[in-house]
Amino acid sequence: MTRWLQHPPPRGVLLALLAAGLAACFAIEQFGLVDDYVRFVLITFGINIILCVSLNLVNGWMGEFSVGHAGFMALGAYLSACVSVKWLSWGDPLWMFPLAVIGGGLMAGAVGFLLGLLSFKTRGDYLAIITLAFLMIVKSGIENIPYVGGPRGFLGIDNHTTLLWTAVWTVLTLWTIRNLVYSRFGRGIVAVREDEIAANAMGVDTRKAKLTAFVVSSFFGGVAGALFAHQLQFINPSVFDIVKSTEILVMVYLGGVGSLAGSILGATAFTFLSQALQPLGTWRMVILPLILVLLMIFRPRGIMGMREFSWFVPQREFPKKEDKK
Amino acid sequence: MKPLLEVRGVTMRFGGLVALSDLSFDVTPGHAHGIIGPNGAGKTTAFNVITGIYAPTQGDVLFRGESVTGCRPSTIAHRGIARTFQNIRLFRDLTVFDNVRIACDAHARYSWPGAMIQLPSARQAEKETIGRCTDLLEKFGLGNEIHERAGDLPYGSQRRLEIARAMALQPSLLLLDEPAAGMNSAETLNLVEFLGWLRDHFSVTMLLIEHHMQLVMTFCDRITVLDFGKTIAEGTADEVRKNPEVIEAYLGQEDGHE
Amino acid sequence: MDYFAQQAINAIQLGSIYALIALGYSMVYGVLVMINFAHGDVFMVSSFFCFLLLLVLPVPFIAALLIVMLATAILGVCIERLAYRPLRNAPRVSAIITALGCGLVIQNTTLSISPYSQRMPELFTPVTWNFAGLTISSLQILIVGISVGLMLALDFFIRKTRYGMAMRAIAQDRVTVPLMGVPVNQVIAVTFALGAALGGAAGVLYASAYPVISATMGVLVGWKAFVAAVIGGIGNVRGAVLGAYLLGAVEVFTVTVLPSTYRDLVVYTLLLVILIFKPYGLLGRPAVQKV
Repeated sequence: MTRWLQHPPPRGVLLALLAAGLAACFAIEQFGLVDDYVRFVLITFGINIILCVSLNLVNGWMGEFSVGHAGFMALGAYLSACVSVKWLSWGDPLWMFPLAVIGGGLMAGAVGFLLGLLSFKTRGDYLAIITLAFLMIVKSGIENIPYVGGPRGFLGIDNHTTLLWTAVWTVLTLWTIRNLVYSRFGRGIVAVREDEIAANAMGVDTRKAKLTAFVVSSFFGGVAGALFAHQLQFINPSVFDIVKSTEILVMVYLGGVGSLAGSILGATAFTFLSQALQPLGTWRMVILPLILVLLMIFRPRGIMGMREFSWFVPQREFPKKEDKK
Repeated sequence: MKPLLEVRGVTMRFGGLVALSDLSFDVTPGHAHGIIGPNGAGKTTAFNVITGIYAPTQGDVLFRGESVTGCRPSTIAHRGIARTFQNIRLFRDLTVFDNVRIACDAHARYSWPGAMIQLPSARQAEKETIGRCTDLLEKFGLGNEIHERAGDLPYGSQRRLEIARAMALQPSLLLLDEPAAGMNSAETLNLVEFLGWLRDHFSVTMLLIEHHMQLVMTFCDRITVLDFGKTIAEGTADEVRKNPEVIEAYLGQEDGHE
Repeated sequence: MDYFAQQAINAIQLGSIYALIALGYSMVYGVLVMINFAHGDVFMVSSFFCFLLLLVLPVPFIAALLIVMLATAILGVCIERLAYRPLRNAPRVSAIITALGCGLVIQNTTLSISPYSQRMPELFTPVTWNFAGLTISSLQILIVGISVGLMLALDFFIRKTRYGMAMRAIAQDRVTVPLMGVPVNQVIAVTFALGAALGGAAGVLYASAYPVISATMGVLVGWKAFVAAVIGGIGNVRGAVLGAYLLGAVEVFTVTVLPSTYRDLVVYTLLLVILIFKPYGLLGRPAVQKV
């Protein structure tokens, strides 16, 4: 949040790029322009952006530390799979799939609300423990529900996550989170990070700020989980473990805390790094946490920490000429 | 005149420690009211109780005749009490502008779903907030530093910014916790002038804790003297200066100066 | 009744192992106010140390225990030196993330080297006694005996020695104590060494009681011990022991009433419930924030 404000973005260019991108996604899907592997990676990329920017709301802008994001993913994934496989399987995917994704998001958001309530009493380390406990409860809870397949997993999910849907949800996530961050609620969330007592004394309802951050963050975590389930077509509880949470943490802290551009950068770097490291097998999961450790030691706020690319900043944030004397 | 703030028999205990015992005083609208007393007398604790950071063990705080005891600090801020902190608590990593804007946001009324999908009302409210902040920062002489990181400002400007941030709440009562701390006598003189301007320009009532006797004696209309969490004297500067208990407890040893 | 008593013995055995691990979490938290998430994996690695040692050299039980404790202590000090010390003055979140990362590095390195679980060679041939309808093996007595012995030794160390005193002093006041000439780096290194050594002892005892070891043990067992430390009030050494025996009992008795798949669910729900009602654990005290 430093000096980038001086240069306003070229109006319309971002919109044009956006439209072109969505059209490209549609074209790829329609005419089969890329092979399955590339398509899979691109969808993963989109899901990673959603995960990264939504976790960034809590871990970056609010400065808390949640390791439970994979838990929200799991809730979204399982609920959306229930909707699309068990409850509304007769429906046309055109309306049924968005409904399933939103359902997954709402489920995660509702649980995020409860977790947000717990964050009133505790901060820092203890909140990290609470999110860890939450993650474990979700995972072992699902293992004990035979209706969704228990530890064996949930099979037979249709592949509804197209490139276009992924792109639409990614853009929607980025847009709404940007709007939130540049509103009084977003500034309240940042104020909680900076100094909770001063924020409260300056009229920021810190409880509401925390709840907002948790609910929005977990909603989009659930959305990402829903997309993820309909991409893989098979989910089981052990997919959503601490390793998955760590992957998202790597993205957030690699790209940069409290930054949309950083979130995108982190998700990009992570997606391609993790594909490149695939041949290494389990050693991949040695290298990724190692990167996290090195980042914390040498660049704790990530590449774009607290800075923003001016295109992601609303136009009104740029002071007009007559304001600057 | 009906008092703006009434502190009624407030007691604050931390475990075995009694920080405030049966503290009572009134603040009249339009006054600059000083609180003085030796270190550890409970002055900052009184501020923390008034602004809702601590809930008092006993007693009541009334603002404009309504009880604000036990309210959350944000609620009290919305009702019209703003404050500064003894050891400046700015949002150090944010810009000067955002520091003020966070307080200004208290007056913007739009919902978070509305903000997320950019309803016109939310956009309009945002524009108004930006305008108000720009004006306010101009008035406080910080117009050229709006994009600076608050933590990078020189000490004096940080103090000024903290007051500007408090004023962005448009309070009717401003609590200043040692505004002259760390200032030399020339700076303190400037501060007196600045506080006078603040009072006249915003017609705000002030309650201030200060160790700098000259400032308190010249600037304050009324003074409350605390010792060991109790009021030991109250009155105008002259009355307090002559009070034997005050002289004994506090002023006597140091000839009235810090 | 016999069944109940038998389960109680199992609970004490499990609780003793948890206590040894939980102490490591609690000691580090007390001194550095940092959750050493890697500790569970240090415990896991120590049982692999033991496995490797026995593969190379079939040493007697006590020798194995001491060698592994030493090796684990060195590992603990190395982690502190390389990963945590550079972050001592960084925001707390950075330290937690680093600890989490270190744990995953250790876990996945072990997993990459040994993808399957390993069967531990027998360290010790237990004798079992039947006593009033109960079965007690000499191994159980050994586990509980060594754990309690180590806990008493630690208690003595913390209360009576210079380092122990320095540890308690740093836990009380992290600002002034370093100014008083207390060698903080040394004290922290000793804390990590002790915590890791106890974890190492737990690794050996665990591997002899449940002789199948795998890389996920750090999560399955180590984190339970962490839960125990939090329930007791992390930072409080006696709380860690209390929490560990409590958790051991909860876990063992859960399995007697519910299917064993509910074990994790019950344990982590218990943690959440305790944190809601006693946010700082059973014996922990809240940190006071000054305005």
